[in-house]
Amino acid sequence: MLENASVSITRTIDARGSYCPGPLMELIRAIREGAVGDVIAVLSSDSGSKIDIPKWVEKAGHRLVEITSTEGYDTIVVEKLR
Amino acid sequence: MQRIVVVGGGVGGTLVANLIARRLGRQIDRGEVTLTVVDLLGEHVYQPGFMYIAMGNQRPEGLVRPERGLLDRRVRLEVGEVTRIDPEARLVELGNGERLAYDQLVLASGSRIVPELIDGLAEEAHHFYGPDHAQKLRDALDAFTGGRIVIGIAGMPYKCPPAPLEVAFLIEAELRERGLREKSEIHFCSPIGRAFTIESVSEMATPILAEKGIELHTFFNVESIDRDRHTVQTLEGEELGYDLLILVPPHRGAQFVIDSGLAPAPGGWLPTDKQTLQVAGHANVWALGDATDLPLSKAGSTAHFEAPVVAERVAAAVTGREPDPEKGTYTGKVMCFFEVGDGKGTLLQFDYDHPPKPPAPNRIWHLGKMVFNKAYWQTVPKGRV
Repeated sequence: MLENASVSITRTIDARGSYCPGPLMELIRAIREGAVGDVIAVLSSDSGSKIDIPKWVEKAGHRLVEITSTEGYDTIVVEKLR
Repeated sequence: MQRIVVVGGGVGGTLVANLIARRLGRQIDRGEVTLTVVDLLGEHVYQPGFMYIAMGNQRPEGLVRPERGLLDRRVRLEVGEVTRIDPEARLVELGNGERLAYDQLVLASGSRIVPELIDGLAEEAHHFYGPDHAQKLRDALDAFTGGRIVIGIAGMPYKCPPAPLEVAFLIEAELRERGLREKSEIHFCSPIGRAFTIESVSEMATPILAEKGIELHTFFNVESIDRDRHTVQTLEGEELGYDLLILVPPHRGAQFVIDSGLAPAPGGWLPTDKQTLQVAGHANVWALGDATDLPLSKAGSTAHFEAPVVAERVAAAVTGREPDPEKGTYTGKVMCFFEVGDGKGTLLQFDYDHPPKPPAPNRIWHLGKMVFNKAYWQTVPKGRV
């Protein structure tokens, strides 16, 4: 479920120009390196990311904070829960 | 005098050197241009054959030939380890202290496996990324009498993307032939949300996995391996037990490109222009093959189709002309065979704008791969195809 919580972003990954599964793999790396409670924003110009990343976030037990679309790219914000 | 240095004697480095020698033969003969390939061992290895060692129908010695014999006579071969590039001074530094000056530099430095990034992987998991590891996997398969085989990918990107699926299909066929299929489970584990990165290939492969009774696990990112309990733990919180574990190890670019500030850590993939193959920020440095950060298969085929573009760019720079816009532009072309077991295969052919449309698997593409494996030495490195 999406929640427009007023969370502050801990880290931003600019994966624009990278193709599937690049943005997802970059997020996975950031989740591995980060701490519980970190909020990570992934910027992706690959249209598949806004489908793949939420599916992964659900399976991996993290929280999808929001997805916003700007011209040419999406920002997918994820909170590390465990 | 213009000095061209090519780092790496794999598919990309060897082919690009031979194509440059062909274009600049007269200048080299007149002493106006030098062309040097630097290779760690001076041996050319046909890496796609490793998988066939593991599958029991390839001998390791058939996959190695002296690099010298594959290079045009006008190419100088330097055997040694590159430790650093100094792009400001335009120098390639070797482990023996020697320094090679360059005016044009081609980085065909490939990728390397780093199993140590995942605790337990080196001890517990088999793979086929090298002749010795492939032989150990063959021995383990010979000793296998039934149980659970887990095949997965423990890091992306990795060399030869179809290989883990091919291995799953080939092992499944082998177990049937050996009468062990009923006593065995095969699990295929993908780090992403489908069986293969390219959607159309995934759509082709997923029903074949189902037909063969190979269980597909998606979003399976290996985190650790429990040696005592013989289980794999994932970042997603899953755990899967195994009797025989086959994992593609994580890959990285060459350490010296990271140390030289040419590629970012930890991946070490060279930031490369997708059309010109120029390394970002360096007008006289080019990259091809596994070494780049391009969103393409890390495979000999990629290097094969990139090499003419780099050769054209380097030849144009050396002779002070504009590169031919068609010959000097890479379209992302890749072509590779894909085994599905039972003597059948298919073909993946694609570029930046056209995803692959693999034909229904048949015997022709399997035989095509077998013929290509034999014909490689006389064709690809020498620029004959």
